[in-house]
Amino acid sequence: MKFAVLVNEGPYTHQASDSAYRFAQAALDEGHEVTRVFFYHDGVNNGTRLTTPPQDDRHIANRWSELGKEHGVDLVVCVAAAQRRGIVDEDEQRRNGKDGNNIADGFRISGLGQLIEAGIQSDRLISFGD
Amino acid sequence: MVTEDTNHEGGQVKKFLYLNRRAPHGTNYAQEGLEVALIGAAFDQDVAMAYTDDGVFQLKKDQDTSDIGTKNFSATYGALGDYDVTRVYVELESLARRGLTKEDLMPLVYEDEDDDWEEKPLIRFVSEAELRDIIEEHDVILNF
Repeated sequence: MKFAVLVNEGPYTHQASDSAYRFAQAALDEGHEVTRVFFYHDGVNNGTRLTTPPQDDRHIANRWSELGKEHGVDLVVCVAAAQRRGIVDEDEQRRNGKDGNNIADGFRISGLGQLIEAGIQSDRLISFGD
Repeated sequence: MVTEDTNHEGGQVKKFLYLNRRAPHGTNYAQEGLEVALIGAAFDQDVAMAYTDDGVFQLKKDQDTSDIGTKNFSATYGALGDYDVTRVYVELESLARRGLTKEDLMPLVYEDEDDDWEEKPLIRFVSEAELRDIIEEHDVILNF
């Protein structure tokens, strides 16, 4: 089956991102396809490369990056939600005149259309949030 | 079940339901949820909105956010009809539990293209049980 995943909460405070990751991993392990993970609301905060959790804890952003790289999962951060919360890639840095960027490896910033498209093209869209 | 229908442009049309469960302020799920629905309308999908739990407050008339300093985006709900959203469901039990009546909500309308563009009320009031069936009928549920 072809799955798409929506993550609506940021890392650590809520379990949503952990559950979404474990769901995606389990689906891939079972031979399913996970085409896209879309990060919306505070979920965009999963896509910064600047987090440094304690060494004995999971590294949520890196874990997503690795999943994206290993399985070709498209990790998309919503541009409007990202602008509100300061998640920036090189293009956004240039466009909005910011002094740096923080997008994590394997993530890309794009529009809400990518979420709708994921809903249309996948067999199931699974939401993780509160 | 996933239905695979086609629209006039040959693309796939699914039934999207945006399920709004939270108050318009306090968190910004309502505001960002509405943004998804409006963007989604451009994709020629079959789009419906549903308001339940504290979500019914989103459609309250005469909202005023001046004392909390957040953006009053309630006028945007008036655009739903223009975006070809013709079904907005409001759950009656949620309204009643919050001391609200139908008259407390914004009188949203849409122009019915199948009926000489006659202006019609957009909101359909449904029971909890009916909403359950409506959720069941949709392919993609986005829960905000």
